[in-house]
Amino acid sequence: MSTPEIIRRHSLATRCLHWINALCVFLVLMSGLQIFNADPHLYWGQFGASPDRALLTIGAHGFPHWATLPAWQDLSTGRRWHFFFAWLLVFNTALYLLVSMMSGHVRRDLLPKRTEIAPAHIAHDIWNHLRLRFPKGAAAKHYNVLQKLSYVGVIFVLAPIILATGLTMSPGFDAACPWLLTLFGGRQSARTIHFAAAMLVALFILVHLIMVVLAGPWNEVRSMITGRYVVPPGKQS
Amino acid sequence: MLQRGSAAFGGLLLGGCDRLSQSPSFHRILSSAEQLTYRAQRLIVGQSLAREFTTADLSPVFRSNGTARPSSALYNQLLADNFDGWRLMVGGLVNRPLALSLAELRALPARTQITRHDCVEGWSAIGQWTGVPLGSVLAQAQLAPQARFIVLFSADELVRGDGGYYESIDLMDAFHPQTLLAYELNGRPLPVANGAPLRLRVERQLGYKQAKYLMRIEAVERLDGIAGGKGGYWEDRGYEWYAGI
Repeated sequence: MSTPEIIRRHSLATRCLHWINALCVFLVLMSGLQIFNADPHLYWGQFGASPDRALLTIGAHGFPHWATLPAWQDLSTGRRWHFFFAWLLVFNTALYLLVSMMSGHVRRDLLPKRTEIAPAHIAHDIWNHLRLRFPKGAAAKHYNVLQKLSYVGVIFVLAPIILATGLTMSPGFDAACPWLLTLFGGRQSARTIHFAAAMLVALFILVHLIMVVLAGPWNEVRSMITGRYVVPPGKQS
Repeated sequence: MLQRGSAAFGGLLLGGCDRLSQSPSFHRILSSAEQLTYRAQRLIVGQSLAREFTTADLSPVFRSNGTARPSSALYNQLLADNFDGWRLMVGGLVNRPLALSLAELRALPARTQITRHDCVEGWSAIGQWTGVPLGSVLAQAQLAPQARFIVLFSADELVRGDGGYYESIDLMDAFHPQTLLAYELNGRPLPVANGAPLRLRVERQLGYKQAKYLMRIEAVERLDGIAGGKGGYWEDRGYEWYAGI
């Protein structure tokens, strides 16, 4: 029997920033639901209030208490949590991007290669995921294309949309950048997009956690804490 | 084990968050973000104007929120007299205290603007406001050099005997061209539900800053001696003083 190959999976910067981000994302999501519950209706356009037709209404009182921060109805405290951790999230993500661009992490590990985005390759990867067959050996040393696409989607698509639509909801910021209102079609549209994008992030987290459990939680979590990752042995290696 | 462990960790984290929500010192840490937002927005936003809309963009019904009609005997007497006896008192750190009737305010140069009203709860309504720029009233009253904030007192007593609704803004907002003492909504005298006879419009902040039923304006150096000391009715109850977001 050969000894398992151990690699350094994640850099120290990635590991630190990952856990800070994990904490921030959880707190902004839950405090965001608290803020949403103050008016659990979504509208489209420049305006939208109780006399107007809502696009979507969630429950009589919005999300259940276990999903909100604080657990009781408290808009002002929810806003305090939300904006504090939103600032931290922005600083942390900006630092992550800076470090990852400079180290080549984005180009080397995150952006899919040309051959990977071929429809046949993606279809093959989806088929493997559905059969819960995860990469082994050399292929397990880098992210697979579905991982790359979902990470890139969250970091470079959802995160900027959430930040921009969040700022569009600010009457102060709107005065500085009225073009945001044009871009998103109004403050209430921006609020709806902010919510939808946040739900996609929640979906990402759910799938991410399920994949960690399926791929071997001990090895995966350790690689994000200590950096050490045991490469699953396979015939490809 | 890992699942049970993470569930327990999650429970601990969230239980901890709820306990932290009730801790005054942790609240102060969370609240430090308000200063960051305030300074960043003052830097980026400066004196730029809030977007103005057209009559085609107006909300069909401009929602009223909070008090729909103040309960005090004084307010109801003034309302019964069609606000003939009402005077806007302007005082505090000013060289020339004023007492302005509605007719006197209407005689001053007016500004009309169609703007969006954003409630802290999340909804928005678009309305057309006509009124006197607050800056021109303050210029008449001549602020003393040590004045830093403008406090606006309302006839609205949300809870009987607690001193009533009030709000405050800094001088940058007070002298902003879109900051109005509004007496008309959508071309008609301000309805009681929307703050008759006079309300504040400070367009780059949230709805709770737009104090209704104005009675008195005071220029002050500090806010900590007034009511709960945080500069406004909702601020005294945990909301941000700077409501630009």
